[in-house]
Amino acid sequence: MRHTIAVLVENKPGVLARVAGLFRRRGFNIESLAVGTTEREDLSRMTIVVSGDDFVLEQVMKQLNKLIEVIKVSDVSKNSVERELVLIKVAANPQNRGEIIEIASIFRGRIVDVARDSFVIEVTGDEDKINAFIDLMRQYGIKEVARTGKISMQRGSKALQV
Amino acid sequence: MRAADAIVKALEKEGVKHIFGIPGGAIIEVYDALFDSEIRHILTRHEQAAVHAADGYARATGKTGVAFATSGPGATNTVTGIATAYMDSSPVVVMTGQVARSLIGNDAFQEADIAGITMPITKHNYLVTDEKQLLKIIKEAFHIASTGRPGPVLIDLPKDVTLADIEFDYPEKVDLMGYKPKYVGHPRQIKRAAELIMQAERPVIMAGGGVILSNATEELTKLAETIPAYVVTSLMGKGAIPETHPLSLGFVGMHGAKYANYAVQESDLIIAVGIRFSDRSTGRLSSFAPYAKVIHIDVDPAEIGKNVRVDVPIVGDAKLILRELIRFIQYKQRKEWEEKVEGWRKAYPLRYRKDDERVKPQYVIEKIYELQPDAIVTTEVGQNQMWAAQYFKVHYPRQFITSGGLGTMGFGFPAAMGAKVAFPEKTVVDIAGDGSFLMNIQELATCVDFGIAVKVVILNNMFLGMVRQWQELFYDERYSATCLRCKEMSFEKIAEGFGAIGMTVERPSEVEDTLKEAFEIDDAPVIMDFRVDRLENVYPMVPAGAALNEIIDKEV
Ligand SMILES: Cc1ncc(C[n+]2csc(CCOP(=O)(O)OP(=O)(O)O)c2C)c(N)n1
Repeated sequence: MRHTIAVLVENKPGVLARVAGLFRRRGFNIESLAVGTTEREDLSRMTIVVSGDDFVLEQVMKQLNKLIEVIKVSDVSKNSVERELVLIKVAANPQNRGEIIEIASIFRGRIVDVARDSFVIEVTGDEDKINAFIDLMRQYGIKEVARTGKISMQRGSKALQV
Repeated sequence: MRAADAIVKALEKEGVKHIFGIPGGAIIEVYDALFDSEIRHILTRHEQAAVHAADGYARATGKTGVAFATSGPGATNTVTGIATAYMDSSPVVVMTGQVARSLIGNDAFQEADIAGITMPITKHNYLVTDEKQLLKIIKEAFHIASTGRPGPVLIDLPKDVTLADIEFDYPEKVDLMGYKPKYVGHPRQIKRAAELIMQAERPVIMAGGGVILSNATEELTKLAETIPAYVVTSLMGKGAIPETHPLSLGFVGMHGAKYANYAVQESDLIIAVGIRFSDRSTGRLSSFAPYAKVIHIDVDPAEIGKNVRVDVPIVGDAKLILRELIRFIQYKQRKEWEEKVEGWRKAYPLRYRKDDERVKPQYVIEKIYELQPDAIVTTEVGQNQMWAAQYFKVHYPRQFITSGGLGTMGFGFPAAMGAKVAFPEKTVVDIAGDGSFLMNIQELATCVDFGIAVKVVILNNMFLGMVRQWQELFYDERYSATCLRCKEMSFEKIAEGFGAIGMTVERPSEVEDTLKEAFEIDDAPVIMDFRVDRLENVYPMVPAGAALNEIIDKEV
């Protein structure tokens, strides 16, 4: 099972190392991790996707909570908006350019760079959508993929705040 | 004010009276400031020992112990000490020197990333990068080390930070967004626990080091009496109830008494207080206490449900929770259970074969207990530790000091120094194995230098005894690398060489007189080398991976 947890942390050097170290030491698996600043400049937010059963999830959350610089931990696996952004550099030639542009637009992707023989396409969405898009691009020749990792936010007015 | 002076002043404000450590170039400013302070610095001969001593000091007093080391090798030498304190939740603050900020990351002389290295073995740690944060960090470090579930905190001090000019505005309060330990137990959970207790026919209390840390021994004893329930402890929990109390069954687990282990296995309710269900205490988890429901009280929520499935979790401070819990309990006699446990106690006492020729290690400990029942006892690791735990009946908290979680050979001697520095008027005995004692033997110099009159009782079997025991029982007596062939070596002479007092005992008839003589001496460290029966084993024994009632024992 995969769980998505949102972690509010103090925006200080070393916090990422502490969190990553905790996962390694306790044998938890990180599938993806995204970090960024928040509405407050002294706080960062991490979104971590972990695999494991409910027991592992409980331990991950409790152990994270023990880190002094971790302020809040929340399981946002359910009832959340989830997004990931991907940049794909895909090979293109005069024959298939139109086709690629069309597929990208179906996925509401944007062509953010055009070269003679390639595109860089940006797509945002949940994981399934991004995987589907990457799969479709394979036939043209993917040169490079960069994904941000998932970020997630619960629906409704409840917020992860101090 | 020079930051180094501010550091020392901050330590004084924290009530620090003793510091254990060794100076070096990166921390020389702080030592310079310490020169004018009332704080007594004890110059150990190894930084590992400095941290163990600070740890022993903390365990004996409940106050935070402090250790200093320089950068690089000084700092890395503290690692085992820090890990030991971490595993046993001991409040220790370690300050290390570091190369100047401008040099960090350049592989400068004596640079080691000690904050990185100790991340997984500290409760929290700091690299001070801004001198304006220095005092706030010190305040936080002492707060974090000593509150909630205690533990070691390291502060890494770049040399140029200690030289900086700062204002001495020591903060009064700490406000950490992400650290707010919960002390008060949930009232509904406490009521549920009380209900389970009232329904139980075979309740057993399992008490761990958390009871000692929360100063809850009185409450724990009262709870046991009120229910009434038998009490077993972990190694760390020794002292949670006087072991002379009729409800005490001593410690549980790999080398616990049979009656303690049977009681746990047969119980229908485990009331776990400040104990983390380590494998040494539970045996094979899948067979642990199969008929029991479990109430688990702990200040660290992450411990609850980590190893054992729990029916009623209560997060908070043991003392406060027990106080509440007792209010809901009425005495209920459980005759059948009592008879059963007392039957086991009678049938399976701790025992060993007495001998007139060879010194039995258990006999030595019995005699220490007889002569000095109030002594603070520290132990090394191995057979010596288990015999000490079995035969020395602890009757007050903080009396028994041992490396439970990490099992660090070499801990007992410097820990005894720390305890003795805290309580100079008390007898402090390190019960040691020859192997373990060698691991911090250099501290004899410290003891002599500072007049720290600890007693070391070496149960000298010329083996890494506990490992040899495993090899005898599980590896066909293939004694690979466990024989310490040192017949010619004399601990007595070594002690004398350091300026301490040494004694050698080869016969059982000399044991008592030697101990008496040693206990009379209170102005010098005494090292007693008891040449014990080399092949004596620790029994009973639950092999690793076996259930608590699958016990190996030997006919006596
Ligand atoms: C630092 C360290 N190294 C190795 C071990 C593994 N170990 C556990 S018990 C033991 C033997 C201890 O020998 P000794 O101190 O002579 O005590 P005895 O068991 O003979 O009483 C060893 C090597 C350990 N616990 N700690």
